[in-house]
Amino acid sequence: MGAATLKTASPPPRPADAASRHPLADPPHKGEGGRRASDPRITAGIIALGAIALLICGAFAGLLFEGAHDFSGAWAAFDPYLLRVVRFTLWQAALSTLLSVGPALLVARALSRHPRFPGRAFILQLFAVPLALPAIVAALGILALYGRAGYFAGVFAVIGGGSWPGIYGLSGILVAHVFFNLPLSVRLFLEALQTIPADQWRLASQLGMGARPAFRLIEWPTLRAALPGVAGLVFMLCITSFTIVLTLGGGPAATTLEVGIYQALRFDFDPARAVTLTLLQIALTFVVVLALTRLGANVAGDTNLPVAPRRYLSVNGTETLLNVVLIVLALLFVVGPMAATVMAGLGADLGRLAGEVVVRQATLTSAVLAFLSALLSVALSLALTMARRALALNRRSGAKTMLEHAADTGAGFVLVVPPIVVGAGWFLLLRHVGDVFAIAPVMVVTVNAVMAMPFALRAVRPAYDAASERHERLCAQLGITGWNRLMLVDWPSLRRPLATAFAFAMALSLGDLGVIALFGSDSVQTLPYLLLARMGSYRTQDAAGLALLLGLVCLALIMAAHWLGTEKNRDA
Amino acid sequence: MRTLFYSLATAMVVVLSGPALAKDKLTIYTYESFTADWGPGPVVKKEFEAECGCDVDFVSVADGVALLNRVRLEGASTKADIVLGLDTNLTADAKATGLFAPHGAVSDVNVPGGWSDDTFVPFDYGYFAVVYDTEKLKTPPKSLKDLVEGSADDKIVIQDPRTSTPGLGLLLWVKSVYGDKAPEAWAKLKSKVLTVTPGWSEAYGLFTKGEAPMVLSYTTSPAYHMVAENTERYQAASFEEGEYLQIEVAGITTTGAKNPLAEKFLAFMTGPKFQDAIPETNWMFPAGKTDKPLNPAFDKLVKPTKTLLFSPEEVAANRKAWVDEWLAAMSK
Repeated sequence: MGAATLKTASPPPRPADAASRHPLADPPHKGEGGRRASDPRITAGIIALGAIALLICGAFAGLLFEGAHDFSGAWAAFDPYLLRVVRFTLWQAALSTLLSVGPALLVARALSRHPRFPGRAFILQLFAVPLALPAIVAALGILALYGRAGYFAGVFAVIGGGSWPGIYGLSGILVAHVFFNLPLSVRLFLEALQTIPADQWRLASQLGMGARPAFRLIEWPTLRAALPGVAGLVFMLCITSFTIVLTLGGGPAATTLEVGIYQALRFDFDPARAVTLTLLQIALTFVVVLALTRLGANVAGDTNLPVAPRRYLSVNGTETLLNVVLIVLALLFVVGPMAATVMAGLGADLGRLAGEVVVRQATLTSAVLAFLSALLSVALSLALTMARRALALNRRSGAKTMLEHAADTGAGFVLVVPPIVVGAGWFLLLRHVGDVFAIAPVMVVTVNAVMAMPFALRAVRPAYDAASERHERLCAQLGITGWNRLMLVDWPSLRRPLATAFAFAMALSLGDLGVIALFGSDSVQTLPYLLLARMGSYRTQDAAGLALLLGLVCLALIMAAHWLGTEKNRDA
Repeated sequence: MRTLFYSLATAMVVVLSGPALAKDKLTIYTYESFTADWGPGPVVKKEFEAECGCDVDFVSVADGVALLNRVRLEGASTKADIVLGLDTNLTADAKATGLFAPHGAVSDVNVPGGWSDDTFVPFDYGYFAVVYDTEKLKTPPKSLKDLVEGSADDKIVIQDPRTSTPGLGLLLWVKSVYGDKAPEAWAKLKSKVLTVTPGWSEAYGLFTKGEAPMVLSYTTSPAYHMVAENTERYQAASFEEGEYLQIEVAGITTTGAKNPLAEKFLAFMTGPKFQDAIPETNWMFPAGKTDKPLNPAFDKLVKPTKTLLFSPEEVAANRKAWVDEWLAAMSK
C-alpha cells in the first residue's frame, strides 16, 4: 500500500487528472447533481465568495458612480510614463518573488528535516512578526543595518572602498521585500511539508533512501504543489508595495502602480482613474499568476490514516551542517532588522508610553480589531478551502468550473485591490445611508479579514486537502457531513494549520495602515496609526517605542494562537 | 405594523437629537496632530467651550489632504461645521467642491503678503526649509542654487509631490525660483537626492536616523528640537532666493453655514486665546493676534529674506503639468 502511495507522488501527475488518479481518491457518488446541491461545504464556499465579491464590487460601484461624470482622467492615465511604471512594478515584484520563494524552499525543507532544532517553534513564531510591522518601521530597521549610517556601513565601506552609498534603489526594495516574504514563504512551505504522511517517511527509511531521492520523491512534489500559491501570494504583495518602494527606491524611477492609485485618490481625487489603474493591476497580476500555475502540480495525498508514529529520518552530518547554516542565515536576515527595531524601541521612554491612556486604548483597539479580522479571515478561508476541495472531488476529471477557479486562486486577487480603494468606494456608497464613522470599525475588520484571507487560505489548504484525502471515503460511508464532520473529523488535523492561519491574519491586520488611514479618527486609533501620528509630529522616539510595543503585542498574540493550536495534541 | 414603525422612528429621533438639545455643538474636522494631546486641540477646545458655552467636537484624520478627501467623500451630508487644516495649495480644489460657504468679516489676520479670501481664513503659517544636521554638514547650502549645484556627496531626503504636502511645496519652491528652467534644476538636484519618500514622517525619520545630512522640512523644525529636546543640532539653512510659504487655513462648510457657532469660531480662531497656543503645539507661526511673546527659540529661526508663494488658482491650474515635469526630470 505504502509503495503505491509513494508511486503516485512521483512523478507529479498532471493537474487535470490528479483527483481521479488514485482509485481511492474518489468518494462514492450519489449522482453528481444531488451531491453538489447537498454538500454544505460548497454552500459555505459560495457564501464566502459572495461576501468577498460584494465587498470588492460594492467599492468599485461606489467609486464609478462618483467618477461617472468624468472619465477623462481614467483615459489620460495611459501615457508613456505608465508603461515605465508597469514595467518597473512587474520587474521588482518578479525579482522579489524569486529571491523570497527560492531560498524559502530550502529553509523550509531544512526546518522540516530538523523538528527538534533548538528554538524551532519560537523561530517560526518570530517569522510571522514582520507582517505586522508597518512598512516604514521595517524600512528603518533594515536601514539601521544596511543604510548609509547603518551598523554595517563601516564594513561595507572597507569592502567596497569609499563611502557606503546605502541600499537605496532596486537592491533596497528587494532586501525589504525578502525580509517580509521569506519568513512568510518558509512558514507556508513548512505547512505543506507537514502534510506528508508519516508512512512515506517510514517507507523511505526502510528503503534506505538518502536525502536526495527523498527530496525528489517525497518533498519536492509537495513543495511543487504549494509553489504556485505561495509564489502568487508573494508576487501580489510585492506588486502592491508602496511605502517600501518609494522610501527605499531612491526616486520616482522606482514607482509602482499602487503609487498611481494612491495619488489618484489622494491629491487628484479621481475615482474613475483609481478604478482603471486597479483593474490594470488586477489584469497584470492575473497574467502572472496564470503563468505561475504552470509551475505547479497537484499531488495525490495519502488516503490511509497514518499508522506510523511520527518518527523522523536520521539526517547525516554534512546535511545537518548545511541545514543549520541555512536556518541560521535566514534567521539572522529576518531577526537583524527586528533586533534593530527593538534596540531603537528600548531608547524610548517606555514607562511613560505604557502609562498613556491613548497608547493603552490603541493597543486594545488594535488587538480587538485584529482578533476579529483574523476570526473572520480564517472562517472565509476555511469555507473557500472546503468548497474547492468538494468541487474538485465532484468534478472527478475534466476542466475546472468557474466556481472552482474562483474558490481556488480567484479569491486571492483581492490582495491587489488596494484597501484605500475598497475603503473609499464603500465610503461613497454608504454616505447616503447613514453615519460612516459608526461603521468604521466594521469596515476595518472586514477589509483586513478579506485582505488576510489569501494568506490564511495558503496555510489551511494543504492540511485540509490531505485530511480530506484520508477521510473523505469514511465520512461518505458513515454519512458524516456538515458541522459534525468539521468538528469530529477535520478539526483535529486542522487545528494547527488554522492556528497558523489565524496568527498570520492577525499579524497582517495588526500592522494595517491602509484602511485605518482612511477610516481612522480620534475615536478609532490603532497602534500603527498612533505610531505614524507620533512620527508625523517629531516624536521619533515615541514611534520607535510604539513599534516595539506593536511587535511584542503581535508576538504575544501569535504565541497564544500557536498554544491554542497545539494544546491537546502536543506530539503533532 | 405601521404604528410600530412610526413609534420606533420617533423614539430614534428623540434619542439621536437628545444631546443636541442639551447644548449647542460645533463639529470641527482637522488633522491628527492638531487634536493630539500635545497639539493645540485640547487648549482650543477648552477655551472656546468656555467662551461659547457649547460643545466642541473634534474629528481628526491623518493630514490636510486626507482632510479635504474626507469632506469630499462625505459630500453635502458632512457633519463638519468647520474644516481646519487645509493649506493654500488645496483651497482652490476645496472651493471647487462647492462644499464650503463664504465667511463673514474677520479681523486680525496677519500673514506674510496679506490675505484676502472670502471662504478661508488662515490660522497659522510656516516656511518650507532645508533642515540640516550640524554634526554632519559643516557648510550648509546658502541658496537653492547652492543646493542644486552642490556636491553629490551631501545628500538630501525629499518627499514625493504626488503624495505629500511638503513634497509639493519643494516642487513649487523650485518652480518659483527657476521657472521654465525647473526641469534642468531637478535633473541636477537628482544626484543629491538620497531618496524620495511618500510623506514627511518617513523623510524626517531617515534624517534623524542619520541617513542623510539634509531633509526638506520647515524653518520651525529647529524650534521643536530646541524647546522640546534642548538641542541646537538641527538647523534650517537660509536660502538667498527666499523660502516658500505654507499658509494653513480653516473654512466653514455648507453644513456649518447653518450653525451660528461656526462664524464665532473663526473670529475666535484669529484671536489670542487660539493663537497663543499655536507656536509651541503646532510648531508654526501664529497668523493672528497673540497676547504672549513668542518663545525665544523662535527668534533664532531663519527669517526668510523673501517670501515665495503661488496663488491657489495657479497651483490648481498647473499642479498636474508641473508634477509630470518633475517626474520626467527625476526618473531619467
